[in-house]
Amino acid sequence: MSGSARFEFVDSVTSDLSFVAWGGTLEELFAAAAEALLAATLENPDCVGSELRRSLSLEEPDLDLLLLRYLNELVYLRDAEHLLLRPRDLRVSRDGGARLEAQLVGEAIRPERHRLAGDVKAATAYGLEVSPVDSGWRATVTLDV
Amino acid sequence: MAAPATLQRTGPACYELPIGFRDGMRVPVRVYGSEKLVAEMDDQVFRQAANVATLPGIVEASFCMPDAHWGYGFPIGGVAAMDPESGVISPGGIGFDINCGMRLARTDLSWSEVQPRLGQLVDALAARVPAGTGRRGFVRISRDDFRDVLRDGAGWAVRQGYGTPDDLTHTEENGCFPDADPERVSERAIERGYQQIGTLGSGNHYLEIQVIHPEGVYDAELAEVFGLGRPGQVVVMFHCGSRGFGHQVATDYLQRFLRAMPKKFQLPVIERELACAPFASREGRDYFAAMSCAANMSFANRQVILHRIREVFSDVFRRPAEELGIRNVYDVAHNTAKLETVELGGARRQLLVHRKGATRAFPPGHPELPAAYQRTGQPVIIGGSMETGSYLLTGVASGAASFYSTAHGSGRTMSRTRARKLVRGRELQQRMAERGILVRTTSFRGLAEEAGFAYKNVDEVAEASETAGLSKRVVHFTPVGNVKG
Repeated sequence: MSGSARFEFVDSVTSDLSFVAWGGTLEELFAAAAEALLAATLENPDCVGSELRRSLSLEEPDLDLLLLRYLNELVYLRDAEHLLLRPRDLRVSRDGGARLEAQLVGEAIRPERHRLAGDVKAATAYGLEVSPVDSGWRATVTLDV
Repeated sequence: MAAPATLQRTGPACYELPIGFRDGMRVPVRVYGSEKLVAEMDDQVFRQAANVATLPGIVEASFCMPDAHWGYGFPIGGVAAMDPESGVISPGGIGFDINCGMRLARTDLSWSEVQPRLGQLVDALAARVPAGTGRRGFVRISRDDFRDVLRDGAGWAVRQGYGTPDDLTHTEENGCFPDADPERVSERAIERGYQQIGTLGSGNHYLEIQVIHPEGVYDAELAEVFGLGRPGQVVVMFHCGSRGFGHQVATDYLQRFLRAMPKKFQLPVIERELACAPFASREGRDYFAAMSCAANMSFANRQVILHRIREVFSDVFRRPAEELGIRNVYDVAHNTAKLETVELGGARRQLLVHRKGATRAFPPGHPELPAAYQRTGQPVIIGGSMETGSYLLTGVASGAASFYSTAHGSGRTMSRTRARKLVRGRELQQRMAERGILVRTTSFRGLAEEAGFAYKNVDEVAEASETAGLSKRVVHFTPVGNVKG
């Protein structure tokens, strides 16, 4: 498990990469999932600065689909805008559906600074789960790499 | 890992899981492979193939190729043919990397000529064919030009001077899926992919220089038709796909299908990654048109990469690529769905054949093969792990039983997470160098994930493909230089 960001890569689909993330709140869970995505992308995720900002606003019928869409937004921004991002000021709410409002901070990919490891193609819906646990929330996600 | 108790042996390297293994199966599951390969398959391969067997319109069987392994939706190595009127199309039967595929180029060069310049060649290839995450290709085009790529595939690249018409006739579907319609593709997909032509990607994508040894020639007569077989002959093989563009097409349509399944189509969602839509529906046809665009982007990508390979060899040997005899042997697609005409029960039918991590393998005499390969059957390129070698096989008449489908690679046996706990990338690079394989990589962690021990034995996969009557071995290639994506 990573230090403060609570996630762990686990043995699962042989050709891909699965992780479990935890959070005391949904906000912590979604932040941990973004850290797992960064750790799958980079050998040195701690090196990502915070010079750029992006706003993100998403709505889906369920929490797990919201997590999927959010991770795929981060994957999209990496490919389309060459940005490595993590959330700041994240809010997740549930009133009928599931909504996310976030400020993303990060920087443009610089190969001389960022040791790129895995080209995550997408977060998949395979085995996707977001569920309450004693300590808060837990999510299981499989990344296609 | 254990095969289900109800799995029955039905022929050489062929097993069947009857209807009833799970509720709702419309056809049996047919698994190809030696006793050892089948015994080593993940439990999930059988479960996922049985899920596929429940899909509306599936015909004959849900197939698993000898390299099948645990995927999502379909297993990797899964094949399913659907009736286009009553059946569905599923992005989970194709994968996120649409038309991830292999290309093999032959040369007139011998190992004795290449060996002294191997380091120079591998370094130049690594520099000229960008690999890894977030890399842009050298082809600078507008978003509108990219739409031409999506329509025309490898033909676009040849028109720009990146190759020859001969390259196209030696590419599956002549390098272009005809049903591509860029109007069915999101702006986000275009934004994500239009700068990526000519890039390798990462994961299991690679570009490899290989050598043919005398003991690697299984059928000298067929090899000669492919321009192969001279002892010490050097070839170049590479594996890559439709990059971020294809990934976004799959992501977009998976979301759209999941929303439409229960409400519009009243289809149950067995597993979200098996999301599907009736092929005849607006959603189904839209995805088919968008998926075809991604297939074409991938063909164009591999065509441009072949052009770069020719440039590199020409620069290093100071001779034109034509003089070096660098020719496209063939280009095969792995992750696609295609309308194909098949013989079934004595009648000819058109079916929508999904192949996820599987290769089309048309037999000799098939009308869609180029004139030069009418006698040989379609070349099938099976890439092994970067440590073990690869094969060229060819399609055979008995492949009709699997709708002319065969294996695509070694197939992983170990998760990436576990592989990187067992070896460090730098250590692996050193070990491979000691065995005569020079590797350049953008990520040592990624290199460790692709270690040979994480894969099935490619020799067993190729042999099982032949024993099962899916395809026939022609040549084995030994790796000497590798650019790891």
